[in-house]
Amino acid sequence: MLFSFFREKRLHLVPALLLGVLLLMGAGDDSARIDRIGHQLMCVCGCNQVLLECNHVGCSYSTRMRDELTAAVTRGDSDNIVVQWFIQTYGTTVLTVPTDHGFNRVAWIMPYLALVLGIGAVVVIAGTWRNRPSWPPSGGSASGPDGRPSGGSSDSELDRFRDQARRETQL
Amino acid sequence: MAELGSFVLLLALILSGYSFLVGLIALIRKQPGSERLSETARRAGIASFGAVFIGAVILVTAAFRNDFSISYILHHSNRDLPLPYKFATLWSGQEGSLLFWSLLLSGYGLVLRLRHKTDVRLFAHASVVIAAVQVFFLLLLNFAAKPFAVIQTAVPPDGNGLNPLLQYPEMVIHPPMLYLGYVGFTVPFAFALGALAMKYPGEKWIHITRRWTMVTWGFLTCGVFLGAHWAYSVLGWGGYWGWDPVENASLMPWLVGTAFLHSVMMQEKRGMLKTWNMWLVFGTFWLAILGTFLTRSGIISSVHAFAQSSIGDWFFWFLIVSLGTFTFFFIKNRSHLRSEHKLESLISRESSFLFNNLLFVLACFTVLWGTWFPKISELAQGKKVTVGAAFYNKVTIPVALLLLLLTAVGPLLAWRKTSFESLKRNFLWPSLGALAVGIVLIGLGVKPWNDISYLYALMAAMLAALVAFTVISEFIRGGRVISGHTGENLAASMIRLWHRNTRRYGGYIVHFGVALVFIGILGTPFNREAEKEMAFGDKMALGPYTLLCRSYTQEENANYSSDLAIIQIFKGDKQIDTLYPESRFYTASQQQQHVPAIRSTLKEDIYVVYEGQNQDTGRPIIKAHLNPMVSWIWIGLIVMVFGTILSLVPNAVPMRATVRDGAEARLPAHADPVGAGD
Repeated sequence: MLFSFFREKRLHLVPALLLGVLLLMGAGDDSARIDRIGHQLMCVCGCNQVLLECNHVGCSYSTRMRDELTAAVTRGDSDNIVVQWFIQTYGTTVLTVPTDHGFNRVAWIMPYLALVLGIGAVVVIAGTWRNRPSWPPSGGSASGPDGRPSGGSSDSELDRFRDQARRETQL
Repeated sequence: MAELGSFVLLLALILSGYSFLVGLIALIRKQPGSERLSETARRAGIASFGAVFIGAVILVTAAFRNDFSISYILHHSNRDLPLPYKFATLWSGQEGSLLFWSLLLSGYGLVLRLRHKTDVRLFAHASVVIAAVQVFFLLLLNFAAKPFAVIQTAVPPDGNGLNPLLQYPEMVIHPPMLYLGYVGFTVPFAFALGALAMKYPGEKWIHITRRWTMVTWGFLTCGVFLGAHWAYSVLGWGGYWGWDPVENASLMPWLVGTAFLHSVMMQEKRGMLKTWNMWLVFGTFWLAILGTFLTRSGIISSVHAFAQSSIGDWFFWFLIVSLGTFTFFFIKNRSHLRSEHKLESLISRESSFLFNNLLFVLACFTVLWGTWFPKISELAQGKKVTVGAAFYNKVTIPVALLLLLLTAVGPLLAWRKTSFESLKRNFLWPSLGALAVGIVLIGLGVKPWNDISYLYALMAAMLAALVAFTVISEFIRGGRVISGHTGENLAASMIRLWHRNTRRYGGYIVHFGVALVFIGILGTPFNREAEKEMAFGDKMALGPYTLLCRSYTQEENANYSSDLAIIQIFKGDKQIDTLYPESRFYTASQQQQHVPAIRSTLKEDIYVVYEGQNQDTGRPIIKAHLNPMVSWIWIGLIVMVFGTILSLVPNAVPMRATVRDGAEARLPAHADPVGAGD
C-alpha cells in the first residue's frame, strides 16, 4: 500500500501529511506543556494551591492565570519565557518551589547538607562509643556520686552478668 | 453570662499563678512547712481546672443559647448552625481554641496533681512547670484574646456563622485530638524539666512519663491523620496533604515526639542518650508551641491560619522564655545527665535507634526549614518565595524511605550485638517476600526507569512489604516458641506473646500500620484526573470508568442551599455507583463551598467535585480524580491507634504454664524469643 502510494506519485501530499502530524503533535505538546508549566506555578489568590489544582470558590486569579498560560503556550513562547512572564507579572511567589540559583539554592542544599552532616555525626559518635570502656550509668547502684564507677564490678564481672542475663531471658 | 465567664477565667489565672509561685517557693525553701505550702499549690492547681472548665461550659452554653452579645459567638455561630457544630464553636476560633487549650492543659494538670503520691517531690516540680504554662495561656485569655469580650453595638439578630470548611463531622473530633496531642506533650516536658531541675536520680521519671507520652503521641497521630482526612474530604482538590504551614506545624512535634518514643528506650534499657532525650522532649513541647505561634501570629500565610493578631508576640516571648529556662537548667545540671554511652557493635538495636533519631530529627528540620524559608528569603534577599509540595516531596521522600527501611530492620536487631546468623534467620524470608512484591509490581506495569516517582513508589511498596513481613514473621516465630512450650494454638500463643511484652508487640502493630500508610501514599504517582463541562447526558472518561451526568438538583435547609450533580459511574457497561457532588452556599456566612463525593474502595477512590458553573457558558464543571490506594492510609491509622492502645496495656505478670509433657515451666515475663527487648 505504501509502495502504491509512492508509485502513484502522490509525493506532493507528504509535506501536507507531515504538517498535519506535526500540528496534531503540537496540540498534544501544548496540553502537556500547559500541564507541566501549570504545575510549576501557584495560584496567587492566597489559597496556597498549585495553579492547575486551585478549586478555590470564586477565585479571582486562577481562571485568568490559566487563560494567560494557555495563550502564552499557544502562541509558542518557550517554557522559560512563559515562567519569566509569570514571575514578572505576579512576583517570585508564583513559583511553587524556590529556583536553583542565587540565595534560593540554599533552600535545596540545606536538607541534604544536614543529612550528610547528621550521618557523619552519628557514625563518629557510634565509633567513639564503640571504643569507649564501659562503666555503669550514674543512676546505677555501682556508681559513685559523680556517676563514675565506685569500684567493685570489673568488666569481666559485668560481662559475666550480661551473659547470665542473656541466658536467663532466652526461652 | 459574659461577666461570669470573664470572672472564672480571672479566677483561674489567680489560682494558676498561686500554684506556680507558691509551688516554686515551696520547692526552693526546703524548710519545715514547705510540704504544706506545696500542698496548697497543688490544690490551687486542681481548683484552676474547675474554673477553666466552668469558663468553657459558659462559652458552649452561650453558643447553644445564641448569645450574640458575646463577640466570639457572634463571629463563629448562628441560630441555624447544627448542634454538634455549636459545640465545636469552642475550638473554631482564636479565643475559643485558646480556652480549649487551657482546659486540656488544666485537665492534664488535674490528673497529674491527683496522682502526686507516685512521687510527691517529682510531681510537685512537674506541677509547677504545668502551672507556669497554664499562667501563660490564662494571661492570653484574660488580656490578649478574650473569649467573653462583649460587642459594643446593638446585638444583631443572628450570628455570622461558622466557617463552612469547619462544618464537617470530622471537625468535631479532629481539633480535640490534635490539641490533646499538642497540649499533652507539656506533661512529659514538665516531668523532664522537673527531673532536670531537682537532679532526679535514675530513669524513674522516664517510666512515669512513658504512658503519658504514648497516649499523647496517639492523640497527636490521630489529630494529624484526621486533619489529612478532613482536607481530603472537604477541600476538594483531591489530595490529603498539601504541606501547608499549618499541616507542617502539626507534623513537626509528631516527628520529634516519635524520635523521643524510640530513643527513650535507649535510656531505659542502656542508660544512654539522657541529654538527647531531654532535648527531644523539650523540642516536642517547644515545636507544639511554635506551631501554635505559626498558626496564630500571621507570620506565615496559610489558608488554615487563624486571623492575624497580636498574640503572636506573646507566643514569641513564651518560646524565648521557655527555651531560656530549659537551657539554664540544662547548663546548670548537665553533669547529672552523664550517660554510659557504650556500643558493642554497629549492627545493634542501639545503632538503629541512633539512625532512627537522626532521620526523624532531620525530617523535622527539613519541614521546619521549608516552612520558614519564605521568611528567611524575605530577610536575606528582600523577596518572598513559595516553598510548595514539590520541594517537600523531593527532599523528604528519601528520608521517609530510609525511615521505612529502619522500621523494618531496627526491631529485629538485638540490643548490644546482632550476629550474622540472627540477621539471616530474621530477614531472609521477609526480604524474599519484599523482593517478590517488587517483581510482581514491575510485572504489573510499574516501570521505575520511566519516572523517579515510580521508582519511589516501587521502593516504598517493597519496604512497606518488608516491614509487614518482618512484623508478621516476628509474631509467628514468637508464637511458635510459646506454642511449643504451652501447647496452645498459634493465635492464642501470639496473644500471649503480646501480653508478655505489650509495648514491644504493640509497637510492632504500630509499625505494621505505618507500612499500610505508606502503601496508601505510594499510589499518589498513579493518580489520574479529568475535568469537563458536563450537561445532562454528557460523559467523561476517568481511567477504566465512565462518568455520566444524569441530572442536577437543588436542596435547601436553614443552614445552606445546595446544588447537587447526579453522576453515575460506569465500569464498562455496568453501572457501579451514583455520586452526588455538591456546591453549597451557606446562608449566615454568605460563603460557598464544594463538597466532593467520594467512592472509596481498597483499590482506589473515585473523587468527584462539582466546581460550579463556567462564568462564560453557564455550563456546570465536573472535576474527577482517580486516586489509587488512598483507603489504606486511613486503615493504617486505625491499625496504628490499635497498636498504641495495645502497647499501653500492662504486661502480664510472669505465669506458670503447662508444658506439653505435663510438667510446669515458668515463662519469664520478658522472654525474648527472637530479637531482643522492645
